[in-house]
Amino acid sequence: MENILLPLENFFGQLWPLVWSIVKIVLILIPLFLGVAYMTYAERKIIGAMQVRIGPNRVGPFGLLQPIADTVKLLFKEVILPLRANKLLYILGPVLALGPALVAWAVVPFADGWVYADINAGLLFLLAVTSVEVYGIIISGWASNSKYAMLGAMRATAQMISYEVALSFALLAVLMTSSSLNLGDIVASQGQGIGRDMGLSFLSWNWLPLLPMFVVYIISGIAETNRSPFDTVEGESEIVAGHMIEYSGMAFALFFLGEYANMILVSAMTAVLFLGGWLSPVSFLPDGFFWFALKMSAMLWLFLWARATFPRFRYDHTMRLGWKVFIPVTLVWLFVLAVWMMTPLSLWK
Amino acid sequence: MEFKTLVFYFFSTIVLLAALGVILARNPVYAVLSLVAAFVGASGVWMLLEAEFLAITLVLVYVGAVMVLFLFVVMMLDIDPARLREGFWRYLPLALLVGALLLGEMTLVLNGDWFQAMQAPAAAGAEYSNTQALGRVLYTLYAYPFELASLVLLIAMIAAVSLTHRKREGVKRVDPAQQVKVKRNERLRVVSMPVEKEEDAAPVATAGES
Repeated sequence: MENILLPLENFFGQLWPLVWSIVKIVLILIPLFLGVAYMTYAERKIIGAMQVRIGPNRVGPFGLLQPIADTVKLLFKEVILPLRANKLLYILGPVLALGPALVAWAVVPFADGWVYADINAGLLFLLAVTSVEVYGIIISGWASNSKYAMLGAMRATAQMISYEVALSFALLAVLMTSSSLNLGDIVASQGQGIGRDMGLSFLSWNWLPLLPMFVVYIISGIAETNRSPFDTVEGESEIVAGHMIEYSGMAFALFFLGEYANMILVSAMTAVLFLGGWLSPVSFLPDGFFWFALKMSAMLWLFLWARATFPRFRYDHTMRLGWKVFIPVTLVWLFVLAVWMMTPLSLWK
Repeated sequence: MEFKTLVFYFFSTIVLLAALGVILARNPVYAVLSLVAAFVGASGVWMLLEAEFLAITLVLVYVGAVMVLFLFVVMMLDIDPARLREGFWRYLPLALLVGALLLGEMTLVLNGDWFQAMQAPAAAGAEYSNTQALGRVLYTLYAYPFELASLVLLIAMIAAVSLTHRKREGVKRVDPAQQVKVKRNERLRVVSMPVEKEEDAAPVATAGES
Protein backbone atom coordinates (compact mmCIF):
# COMPACT_ATOMS: atom_id res chain seq x y z
CA MET A 1 0.00 0.00 0.00
CA GLU A 2 2.75 2.41 1.04
CA ASN A 3 4.74 1.65 -2.12
CA ILE A 4 1.80 2.23 -4.44
CA LEU A 5 1.16 5.66 -2.96
CA LEU A 6 4.80 6.76 -2.97
CA PRO A 7 4.87 8.24 -6.52
CA LEU A 8 1.71 10.24 -5.73
CA GLU A 9 3.28 11.42 -2.50
CA ASN A 10 6.34 12.65 -4.39
CA PHE A 11 4.16 14.33 -7.01
CA PHE A 12 2.18 16.40 -4.51
CA GLY A 13 5.15 17.04 -2.22
CA GLN A 14 4.21 19.44 0.59
CA LEU A 15 0.53 19.31 -0.30
CA TRP A 16 0.37 15.53 0.16
CA PRO A 17 -1.16 15.48 3.69
CA LEU A 18 -3.95 17.79 2.50
CA VAL A 19 -4.64 15.74 -0.63
CA TRP A 20 -4.56 12.47 1.30
CA SER A 21 -7.01 13.87 3.89
CA ILE A 22 -9.42 14.94 1.18
CA VAL A 23 -9.19 11.50 -0.43
CA LYS A 24 -9.98 9.87 2.92
CA ILE A 25 -12.93 12.22 3.52
CA VAL A 26 -14.35 11.40 0.09
CA LEU A 27 -13.81 7.69 0.78
CA ILE A 28 -15.95 7.99 3.92
CA LEU A 29 -18.62 10.34 2.60
CA ILE A 30 -19.46 8.71 -0.74
CA PRO A 31 -20.38 5.33 0.81
CA LEU A 32 -22.27 7.27 3.49
CA PHE A 33 -24.38 9.11 0.92
CA LEU A 34 -24.96 5.88 -0.98
CA GLY A 35 -25.93 4.29 2.34
CA VAL A 36 -28.40 7.08 2.99
CA ALA A 37 -29.91 6.73 -0.49
CA TYR A 38 -30.33 2.97 -0.18
CA MET A 39 -31.50 3.28 3.42
CA THR A 40 -34.59 5.09 2.10
CA TYR A 41 -35.07 2.26 -0.39
CA ALA A 42 -34.58 -0.40 2.30
CA GLU A 43 -36.99 1.45 4.59
CA ARG A 44 -39.74 1.43 2.00
CA LYS A 45 -39.12 -2.18 1.02
CA ILE A 46 -38.84 -3.56 4.57
CA ILE A 47 -41.78 -1.64 5.98
CA GLY A 48 -43.68 -2.64 2.87
CA ALA A 49 -42.93 -6.29 3.55
CA MET A 50 -43.94 -5.90 7.21
CA GLN A 51 -47.24 -4.36 6.17
CA VAL A 52 -47.79 -6.96 3.40
CA ARG A 53 -47.21 -4.47 0.58
CA ILE A 54 -44.68 -4.60 -2.22
CA GLY A 55 -42.91 -1.27 -1.85
CA PRO A 56 -41.19 0.54 -4.72
CA ASN A 57 -40.85 -1.77 -7.72
CA ARG A 58 -41.22 0.39 -10.83
CA VAL A 59 -37.90 2.16 -11.39
CA GLY A 60 -35.22 -0.30 -12.44
CA PRO A 61 -35.06 -3.98 -11.43
CA PHE A 62 -36.85 -4.48 -8.08
CA GLY A 63 -37.17 -0.69 -7.91
CA LEU A 64 -33.46 -0.42 -7.18
CA LEU A 65 -33.12 2.91 -9.03
CA GLN A 66 -35.90 4.53 -6.97
CA PRO A 67 -33.52 6.50 -4.67
CA ILE A 68 -31.75 7.93 -7.71
CA ALA A 69 -35.06 8.96 -9.27
CA ASP A 70 -36.02 10.61 -5.97
CA THR A 71 -32.72 12.49 -5.80
CA VAL A 72 -33.10 13.79 -9.35
CA LYS A 73 -36.65 14.90 -8.58
CA LEU A 74 -35.55 16.77 -5.43
CA LEU A 75 -32.63 18.39 -7.29
CA PHE A 76 -34.90 19.87 -9.93
CA LYS A 77 -37.56 21.14 -7.55
CA GLU A 78 -37.69 24.81 -6.69
CA VAL A 79 -36.56 25.89 -3.22
CA ILE A 80 -39.38 28.11 -2.03
CA LEU A 81 -38.68 30.95 0.37
CA PRO A 82 -41.69 31.75 2.54
CA LEU A 83 -42.81 35.35 2.74
CA ARG A 84 -41.13 37.25 5.63
CA ALA A 85 -38.88 34.31 6.42
CA ASN A 86 -35.40 35.15 7.63
CA LYS A 87 -33.49 34.36 4.42
CA LEU A 88 -30.00 33.83 5.84
CA LEU A 89 -31.09 31.58 8.70
CA TYR A 90 -33.64 29.81 6.50
CA ILE A 91 -30.84 28.62 4.22
CA LEU A 92 -28.42 28.02 7.10
CA GLY A 93 -30.85 25.71 8.94
CA PRO A 94 -30.67 22.63 6.68
CA VAL A 95 -26.90 23.06 6.27
CA LEU A 96 -26.45 23.04 10.04
CA ALA A 97 -28.68 19.99 10.30
CA LEU A 98 -26.54 17.97 7.89
CA GLY A 99 -23.05 19.28 8.78
CA PRO A 100 -22.60 17.75 12.26
CA ALA A 101 -24.01 14.43 11.05
CA LEU A 102 -21.12 14.27 8.59
CA VAL A 103 -18.41 15.70 10.88
CA ALA A 104 -19.06 13.01 13.49
CA TRP A 105 -17.84 10.31 11.09
CA ALA A 106 -14.29 11.63 11.48
CA VAL A 107 -13.74 9.59 14.65
CA VAL A 108 -15.69 6.41 13.84
CA PRO A 109 -13.33 3.41 13.51
CA PHE A 110 -14.46 1.13 10.67
CA ALA A 111 -11.87 -1.55 11.33
CA ASP A 112 -8.57 -1.85 13.18
CA GLY A 113 -6.79 1.41 12.33
CA TRP A 114 -9.35 2.45 9.71
CA VAL A 115 -10.26 5.79 11.18
CA TYR A 116 -9.92 9.30 9.80
CA ALA A 117 -8.92 11.01 13.07
CA ASP A 118 -7.64 8.70 15.79
CA ILE A 119 -7.97 11.20 18.65
CA ASN A 120 -7.84 10.47 22.36
CA ALA A 121 -11.05 12.34 23.16
CA GLY A 122 -13.03 10.61 20.40
CA LEU A 123 -16.14 9.85 22.44
CA LEU A 124 -16.22 13.39 23.82
CA PHE A 125 -15.84 14.80 20.32
CA LEU A 126 -18.73 12.70 19.15
CA LEU A 127 -20.97 13.88 21.99
CA ALA A 128 -20.06 17.51 21.30
CA VAL A 129 -20.67 17.28 17.57
CA THR A 130 -24.00 15.49 17.88
CA SER A 131 -25.16 18.04 20.45
CA VAL A 132 -24.72 20.81 17.87
CA GLU A 133 -27.19 19.11 15.53
CA VAL A 134 -30.19 20.62 17.26
CA TYR A 135 -29.27 24.08 15.93
CA GLY A 136 -30.27 23.15 12.40
CA ILE A 137 -33.74 22.24 13.59
CA ILE A 138 -34.30 25.15 15.95
CA ILE A 139 -32.97 27.74 13.48
CA SER A 140 -35.01 26.45 10.56
CA GLY A 141 -38.10 26.28 12.77
CA TRP A 142 -37.72 29.90 13.79
CA ALA A 143 -36.62 31.26 10.40
CA SER A 144 -39.57 29.70 8.55
CA ASN A 145 -41.94 32.18 10.18
CA SER A 146 -44.60 29.50 10.53
CA LYS A 147 -46.52 28.23 13.55
CA TYR A 148 -46.12 24.54 12.86
CA ALA A 149 -42.42 24.92 12.17
CA MET A 150 -41.95 26.78 15.47
CA LEU A 151 -43.89 24.12 17.39
CA GLY A 152 -41.83 21.38 15.77
CA ALA A 153 -38.59 23.19 16.60
CA MET A 154 -39.62 23.59 20.24
CA ARG A 155 -40.53 19.94 20.56
CA ALA A 156 -37.29 18.90 18.89
CA THR A 157 -35.16 21.04 21.17
CA ALA A 158 -36.77 19.78 24.35
CA GLN A 159 -36.67 16.16 23.21
CA MET A 160 -33.10 16.13 21.94
CA ILE A 161 -31.70 17.85 25.03
CA SER A 162 -33.58 15.49 27.35
CA TYR A 163 -32.47 12.31 25.63
CA GLU A 164 -28.91 13.55 25.33
CA VAL A 165 -28.64 13.27 29.13
CA ALA A 166 -29.69 9.62 29.17
CA LEU A 167 -27.48 8.93 26.15
CA SER A 168 -24.45 10.48 27.84
CA PHE A 169 -25.03 8.45 31.00
CA ALA A 170 -25.12 5.26 28.92
CA LEU A 171 -21.84 6.30 27.32
CA LEU A 172 -20.36 6.98 30.78
CA ALA A 173 -20.84 3.32 31.65
CA VAL A 174 -18.93 2.27 28.53
CA LEU A 175 -16.25 4.75 29.44
CA MET A 176 -15.92 3.29 32.93
CA THR A 177 -15.47 -0.27 31.71
CA SER A 178 -13.01 0.56 28.93
CA SER A 179 -11.28 3.45 30.78
CA SER A 180 -10.60 5.23 27.50
CA LEU A 181 -12.25 7.91 25.38
CA ASN A 182 -10.61 6.61 22.21
CA LEU A 183 -13.15 4.66 20.15
CA GLY A 184 -10.52 2.24 18.85
CA ASP A 185 -9.44 1.42 22.41
CA ILE A 186 -13.07 0.98 23.43
CA VAL A 187 -13.52 -1.69 20.75
CA ALA A 188 -10.21 -3.33 21.66
CA SER A 189 -11.20 -3.47 25.34
CA GLN A 190 -14.29 -5.49 24.41
CA GLY A 191 -12.15 -8.19 22.84
CA GLN A 192 -11.02 -9.63 26.16
CA GLY A 193 -12.64 -11.31 29.12
CA ILE A 194 -14.21 -14.61 30.09
CA GLY A 195 -16.26 -14.91 26.89
CA ARG A 196 -13.17 -14.41 24.76
CA ASP A 197 -11.30 -17.13 26.64
CA MET A 198 -14.16 -19.55 25.93
CA GLY A 199 -13.98 -18.74 22.22
CA LEU A 200 -17.31 -16.91 22.30
CA SER A 201 -16.14 -13.30 22.10
CA PHE A 202 -19.63 -11.90 21.66
CA LEU A 203 -20.30 -12.70 25.32
CA SER A 204 -17.61 -10.27 26.47
CA TRP A 205 -18.85 -7.34 24.37
CA ASN A 206 -20.39 -4.51 26.33
CA TRP A 207 -24.00 -5.33 25.46
CA LEU A 208 -24.21 -8.20 27.95
CA PRO A 209 -22.59 -6.77 31.12
CA LEU A 210 -24.14 -3.36 30.41
CA LEU A 211 -27.49 -4.67 29.20
CA PRO A 212 -29.67 -1.94 30.82
CA MET A 213 -27.39 0.73 29.33
CA PHE A 214 -27.56 -0.96 25.94
CA VAL A 215 -31.37 -0.84 25.97
CA VAL A 216 -31.37 2.78 27.17
CA TYR A 217 -28.84 3.70 24.50
CA ILE A 218 -30.85 2.19 21.66
CA ILE A 219 -34.14 3.77 22.73
CA SER A 220 -32.49 7.14 23.41
CA GLY A 221 -30.75 6.87 20.05
CA ILE A 222 -34.11 6.46 18.33
CA ALA A 223 -35.48 9.43 20.28
CA GLU A 224 -32.37 11.51 19.60
CA THR A 225 -32.72 11.03 15.84
CA ASN A 226 -36.43 11.89 16.07
CA ARG A 227 -37.42 8.60 14.52
CA SER A 228 -40.70 6.77 14.99
CA PRO A 229 -42.10 6.03 17.63
CA PHE A 230 -40.60 9.27 19.00
CA ASP A 231 -41.24 11.35 15.89
CA THR A 232 -43.60 13.82 17.55
CA VAL A 233 -41.11 16.42 16.28
CA GLU A 234 -42.37 15.80 12.76
CA GLY A 235 -45.73 14.33 13.73
CA GLU A 236 -47.45 14.39 10.32
CA SER A 237 -50.90 14.07 11.81
CA GLU A 238 -50.56 16.94 14.32
CA ILE A 239 -47.98 19.47 13.13
CA VAL A 240 -47.65 18.32 9.52
CA ALA A 241 -43.86 18.03 9.34
CA GLY A 242 -42.57 20.24 12.13
CA HIS A 243 -39.51 22.28 11.33
CA MET A 244 -39.30 21.20 7.68
CA ILE A 245 -42.84 22.12 6.71
CA GLU A 246 -41.82 25.15 4.63
CA TYR A 247 -38.86 23.51 2.90
CA SER A 248 -38.89 22.07 -0.59
CA GLY A 249 -36.46 20.69 -3.13
CA MET A 250 -32.82 20.38 -2.11
CA ALA A 251 -33.28 22.24 1.20
CA PHE A 252 -35.73 19.56 2.27
CA ALA A 253 -33.41 16.88 0.92
CA LEU A 254 -30.63 18.16 3.22
CA PHE A 255 -32.84 17.55 6.28
CA PHE A 256 -33.63 14.13 4.94
CA LEU A 257 -29.95 13.36 4.40
CA GLY A 258 -29.15 14.61 7.90
CA GLU A 259 -31.80 12.42 9.51
CA TYR A 260 -30.65 9.28 7.74
CA ALA A 261 -26.95 10.04 8.22
CA ASN A 262 -27.73 10.39 11.93
CA MET A 263 -29.53 7.07 11.99
CA ILE A 264 -26.53 5.40 10.39
CA LEU A 265 -24.25 7.19 12.85
CA VAL A 266 -26.22 6.01 15.89
CA SER A 267 -26.13 2.45 14.49
CA ALA A 268 -22.38 2.72 13.95
CA MET A 269 -21.94 4.04 17.51
CA THR A 270 -23.99 1.18 18.95
CA ALA A 271 -21.84 -1.26 16.98
CA VAL A 272 -18.63 0.36 18.25
CA LEU A 273 -19.63 0.91 21.88
CA PHE A 274 -21.77 -2.11 22.68
CA LEU A 275 -21.39 -4.71 19.93
CA GLY A 276 -17.63 -4.94 19.63
CA GLY A 277 -17.12 -2.92 16.42
CA TRP A 278 -15.05 -4.88 13.93
CA LEU A 279 -14.50 -7.86 16.26
CA SER A 280 -15.75 -11.24 15.18
CA PRO A 281 -18.36 -12.91 17.44
CA VAL A 282 -16.48 -16.22 17.63
CA SER A 283 -12.74 -16.78 17.79
CA PHE A 284 -12.40 -19.03 14.74
CA LEU A 285 -13.57 -16.35 12.30
CA PRO A 286 -11.32 -13.38 11.41
CA ASP A 287 -12.08 -9.82 12.57
CA GLY A 288 -12.75 -7.20 9.95
CA PHE A 289 -14.82 -4.39 8.50
CA PHE A 290 -17.38 -6.97 7.41
CA TRP A 291 -18.53 -7.52 11.01
CA PHE A 292 -18.87 -3.79 11.63
CA ALA A 293 -21.05 -3.39 8.53
CA LEU A 294 -23.16 -6.37 9.57
CA LYS A 295 -23.75 -5.04 13.09
CA MET A 296 -24.56 -1.60 11.73
CA SER A 297 -27.09 -3.05 9.29
CA ALA A 298 -28.72 -5.06 12.06
CA MET A 299 -29.11 -1.88 14.14
CA LEU A 300 -30.55 0.00 11.16
CA TRP A 301 -33.01 -2.81 10.65
CA LEU A 302 -34.05 -2.38 14.29
CA PHE A 303 -34.83 1.28 13.54
CA LEU A 304 -37.14 0.23 10.70
CA TRP A 305 -38.69 -2.56 12.72
CA ALA A 306 -39.53 -0.12 15.51
CA ARG A 307 -41.07 2.27 13.01
CA ALA A 308 -43.26 -0.42 11.50
CA THR A 309 -44.32 -1.79 14.90
CA PHE A 310 -45.02 0.96 17.41
CA PRO A 311 -47.59 3.76 17.33
CA ARG A 312 -46.27 7.26 17.96
CA PHE A 313 -45.67 8.17 21.61
CA ARG A 314 -47.66 11.07 22.97
CA TYR A 315 -45.33 14.01 23.54
CA ASP A 316 -45.62 14.13 27.35
CA HIS A 317 -45.03 10.37 27.49
CA THR A 318 -41.83 10.81 25.50
CA MET A 319 -40.55 13.40 27.96
CA ARG A 320 -41.60 11.31 30.95
CA LEU A 321 -39.76 8.27 29.61
CA GLY A 322 -36.60 10.33 29.19
CA TRP A 323 -36.55 12.16 32.50
CA LYS A 324 -38.39 9.91 34.93
CA VAL A 325 -37.45 6.45 33.70
CA PHE A 326 -34.19 6.48 31.78
CA ILE A 327 -32.21 8.97 33.84
CA PRO A 328 -32.94 7.27 37.21
CA VAL A 329 -32.27 3.83 35.68
CA THR A 330 -28.94 4.92 34.24
CA LEU A 331 -27.92 6.69 37.46
CA VAL A 332 -28.63 3.60 39.56
CA TRP A 333 -26.86 1.34 37.08
CA LEU A 334 -23.81 3.63 37.04
CA PHE A 335 -23.65 3.28 40.82
CA VAL A 336 -24.08 -0.50 40.65
CA LEU A 337 -21.38 -0.67 37.99
CA ALA A 338 -18.98 1.42 40.06
CA VAL A 339 -19.44 -0.90 43.04
CA TRP A 340 -19.18 -3.98 40.81
CA MET A 341 -15.90 -2.80 39.36
CA MET A 342 -14.42 -2.44 42.84
CA THR A 343 -15.36 -5.98 43.94
CA PRO A 344 -13.31 -9.10 43.11
CA LEU A 345 -16.14 -10.15 40.76
CA SER A 346 -15.20 -7.37 38.36
CA LEU A 347 -15.01 -8.42 34.70
CA TRP A 348 -12.80 -5.48 33.77
CA LYS A 349 -9.26 -5.78 35.02
CA MET B 1 4.93 32.74 10.11
CA GLU B 2 4.09 29.33 11.44
CA PHE B 3 0.89 27.64 10.26
CA LYS B 4 -0.26 27.38 13.87
CA THR B 5 -0.11 31.17 14.19
CA LEU B 6 -2.33 31.49 11.15
CA VAL B 7 -4.87 29.12 12.71
CA PHE B 8 -4.71 31.09 15.94
CA TYR B 9 -5.46 34.36 14.15
CA PHE B 10 -8.28 32.67 12.26
CA PHE B 11 -9.98 31.55 15.47
CA SER B 12 -9.31 34.83 17.28
CA THR B 13 -10.87 36.76 14.40
CA ILE B 14 -13.98 34.60 14.69
CA VAL B 15 -14.12 35.19 18.45
CA LEU B 16 -13.68 38.97 18.12
CA LEU B 17 -16.17 39.41 15.27
CA ALA B 18 -18.72 37.18 16.97
CA ALA B 19 -18.29 39.01 20.28
CA LEU B 20 -18.89 42.30 18.48
CA GLY B 21 -21.94 40.70 16.88
CA VAL B 22 -23.32 39.80 20.32
CA ILE B 23 -23.42 43.42 21.45
CA LEU B 24 -24.16 45.10 18.11
CA ALA B 25 -26.84 42.83 16.59
CA ARG B 26 -30.30 44.39 16.64
CA ASN B 27 -32.05 41.05 16.46
CA PRO B 28 -31.67 39.10 19.74
CA VAL B 29 -31.64 35.80 17.86
CA TYR B 30 -28.62 36.99 15.86
CA ALA B 31 -26.96 38.05 19.11
CA VAL B 32 -27.40 34.56 20.59
CA LEU B 33 -26.12 32.90 17.42
CA SER B 34 -23.08 35.19 17.48
CA LEU B 35 -22.41 34.08 21.02
CA VAL B 36 -22.52 30.47 19.81
CA ALA B 37 -19.97 31.33 17.13
CA ALA B 38 -17.80 33.02 19.78
CA PHE B 39 -17.88 29.85 21.91
CA VAL B 40 -16.89 27.71 18.93
CA GLY B 41 -14.02 30.09 18.13
CA ALA B 42 -12.85 30.06 21.75
CA SER B 43 -12.99 26.27 21.70
CA GLY B 44 -10.67 26.34 18.71
CA VAL B 45 -8.20 28.58 20.56
CA TRP B 46 -8.26 26.24 23.57
CA MET B 47 -7.62 23.32 21.25
CA LEU B 48 -4.46 25.10 20.09
CA LEU B 49 -3.40 25.30 23.73
CA GLU B 50 -3.63 21.47 23.88
CA ALA B 51 -6.54 21.70 26.31
CA GLU B 52 -8.71 19.34 24.27
CA PHE B 53 -10.94 18.28 27.16
CA LEU B 54 -11.91 21.86 28.02
CA ALA B 55 -12.29 22.77 24.34
CA ILE B 56 -14.68 19.92 23.58
CA THR B 57 -16.55 20.37 26.85
CA LEU B 58 -17.08 24.03 25.98
CA VAL B 59 -18.84 22.99 22.79
CA LEU B 60 -20.68 20.14 24.50
CA VAL B 61 -21.99 22.12 27.47
CA TYR B 62 -22.29 25.70 26.29
CA VAL B 63 -23.00 25.32 22.58
CA GLY B 64 -24.88 22.03 22.81
CA ALA B 65 -27.04 22.68 25.85
CA VAL B 66 -26.91 26.13 27.48
CA MET B 67 -27.10 28.21 24.31
CA VAL B 68 -29.83 26.01 22.85
CA LEU B 69 -32.01 26.80 25.85
CA PHE B 70 -31.02 30.46 25.54
CA LEU B 71 -32.07 30.48 21.90
CA PHE B 72 -35.26 28.69 22.85
CA VAL B 73 -36.16 31.40 25.35
CA VAL B 74 -35.14 34.30 23.08
CA MET B 75 -37.24 32.92 20.24
CA MET B 76 -40.31 32.60 22.42
CA LEU B 77 -40.09 35.99 24.09
CA ASP B 78 -41.34 39.10 22.40
CA ILE B 79 -38.32 41.32 22.94
CA ASP B 80 -38.49 44.98 22.03
CA PRO B 81 -34.99 46.10 20.94
CA ALA B 82 -35.76 49.75 21.77
CA ARG B 83 -36.44 48.89 25.39
CA LEU B 84 -33.16 46.99 25.64
CA ARG B 85 -31.31 50.15 24.65
CA GLU B 86 -32.89 52.23 27.40
CA GLY B 87 -30.62 53.65 30.08
CA PHE B 88 -27.44 53.33 28.03
CA TRP B 89 -25.86 56.44 29.56
CA ARG B 90 -26.95 55.57 33.07
CA TYR B 91 -25.15 52.18 32.98
CA LEU B 92 -22.13 53.41 31.05
CA PRO B 93 -19.89 54.17 34.08
CA LEU B 94 -20.50 50.72 35.56
CA ALA B 95 -19.84 49.08 32.21
CA LEU B 96 -16.59 51.01 31.80
CA LEU B 97 -15.48 49.91 35.25
CA VAL B 98 -16.17 46.24 34.48
CA GLY B 99 -14.41 46.65 31.13
CA ALA B 100 -11.35 48.19 32.78
CA LEU B 101 -11.22 45.35 35.31
CA LEU B 102 -11.35 42.74 32.52
CA LEU B 103 -8.66 44.59 30.60
CA GLY B 104 -6.45 44.63 33.71
CA GLU B 105 -6.92 40.92 34.29
CA MET B 106 -6.11 40.11 30.69
CA THR B 107 -2.98 42.24 30.72
CA LEU B 108 -1.83 40.37 33.79
CA VAL B 109 -2.43 37.01 32.15
CA LEU B 110 -1.08 37.83 28.71
CA ASN B 111 2.04 39.54 30.03
CA GLY B 112 2.45 36.91 32.74
CA ASP B 113 6.12 36.46 31.94
CA TRP B 114 6.88 40.12 32.23
CA PHE B 115 5.11 40.57 35.57
CA GLN B 116 6.49 37.19 36.65
CA ALA B 117 2.97 36.37 37.79
CA MET B 118 2.44 33.39 35.50
CA GLN B 119 4.69 31.01 33.65
CA ALA B 120 3.80 29.44 30.34
CA PRO B 121 3.27 25.68 30.76
CA ALA B 122 5.89 23.34 29.41
CA ALA B 123 4.99 21.61 26.15
CA ALA B 124 3.42 18.23 26.79
CA GLY B 125 4.51 15.02 25.10
CA ALA B 126 2.46 13.18 22.49
CA GLU B 127 1.31 10.56 25.01
CA TYR B 128 0.00 13.17 27.42
CA SER B 129 -3.78 12.96 27.85
CA ASN B 130 -5.38 16.17 29.00
CA THR B 131 -8.57 14.37 30.06
CA GLN B 132 -6.72 11.85 32.19
CA ALA B 133 -4.61 14.52 33.89
CA LEU B 134 -7.68 16.62 34.71
CA GLY B 135 -9.57 13.62 36.01
CA ARG B 136 -6.70 12.53 38.20
CA VAL B 137 -6.36 15.95 39.80
CA LEU B 138 -10.11 16.48 40.22
CA TYR B 139 -10.74 13.15 41.91
CA THR B 140 -7.66 12.96 44.10
CA LEU B 141 -6.19 16.31 45.08
CA TYR B 142 -9.37 18.37 44.74
CA ALA B 143 -11.92 15.63 45.47
CA TYR B 144 -13.70 17.46 48.32
CA PRO B 145 -13.89 20.91 46.68
CA PHE B 146 -15.08 19.20 43.49
CA GLU B 147 -17.83 17.28 45.28
CA LEU B 148 -18.78 20.43 47.17
CA ALA B 149 -19.08 22.39 43.93
CA SER B 150 -21.30 19.73 42.40
CA LEU B 151 -23.45 19.74 45.54
CA VAL B 152 -23.86 23.53 45.30
CA LEU B 153 -24.90 23.15 41.66
CA LEU B 154 -27.39 20.45 42.56
CA ILE B 155 -28.91 22.65 45.27
CA ALA B 156 -29.10 25.56 42.84
CA MET B 157 -30.87 23.34 40.34
CA ILE B 158 -33.42 22.09 42.86
CA ALA B 159 -33.95 25.65 44.11
CA ALA B 160 -34.54 26.93 40.59
CA VAL B 161 -37.08 24.20 39.92
CA SER B 162 -38.93 24.72 43.20
CA LEU B 163 -38.95 28.53 42.79
CA THR B 164 -40.40 28.48 39.30
CA HIS B 165 -42.79 25.61 39.89
CA ARG B 166 -46.35 26.89 40.19
CA LYS B 167 -48.92 24.76 42.01
CA ARG B 168 -52.20 25.15 40.22
CA GLU B 169 -55.55 23.98 41.51
CA GLY B 170 -57.89 21.83 39.53
CA VAL B 171 -55.36 20.50 37.06
CA LYS B 172 -56.08 17.05 35.73
CA ARG B 173 -53.07 14.79 35.91
CA VAL B 174 -52.30 11.45 34.41
CA ASP B 175 -50.70 8.78 36.56
CA PRO B 176 -49.07 6.24 34.24
CA ALA B 177 -48.82 3.66 37.04
CA GLN B 178 -52.58 3.80 37.51
CA GLN B 179 -53.12 3.64 33.78
CA VAL B 180 -51.06 0.50 33.53
CA LYS B 181 -52.91 -1.14 36.43
CA VAL B 182 -56.30 -0.84 34.72
CA LYS B 183 -57.98 -4.19 34.18
CA ARG B 184 -60.08 -4.95 31.17
CA ASN B 185 -63.23 -5.42 33.21
CA GLU B 186 -63.12 -1.83 34.48
CA ARG B 187 -63.31 -0.36 31.01
CA LEU B 188 -65.04 -2.88 28.85
CA ARG B 189 -68.20 -4.92 29.20
CA VAL B 190 -69.01 -7.61 26.69
CA VAL B 191 -72.74 -8.04 26.33
CA SER B 192 -74.09 -11.11 24.72
CA MET B 193 -77.15 -10.13 22.73
CA PRO B 194 -79.37 -12.38 20.68
CA VAL B 195 -79.81 -11.40 17.07
CA GLU B 196 -82.96 -9.31 16.68
CA LYS B 197 -85.09 -10.62 13.93
CA GLU B 198 -87.14 -8.12 11.98
CA GLU B 199 -90.03 -9.41 9.96
CA ASP B 200 -89.98 -8.85 6.16
CA ALA B 201 -86.58 -7.19 6.24
CA ALA B 202 -83.57 -8.26 4.28
CA PRO B 203 -81.02 -10.00 6.49
CA VAL B 204 -78.36 -7.52 7.52
CA ALA B 205 -74.87 -8.79 7.04
CA THR B 206 -73.18 -8.81 10.44
CA ALA B 207 -69.46 -8.53 10.68
CA GLY B 208 -67.68 -10.81 13.10
CA GLU B 209 -68.51 -8.71 16.18
CA SER B 210 -69.57 -10.16 19.50
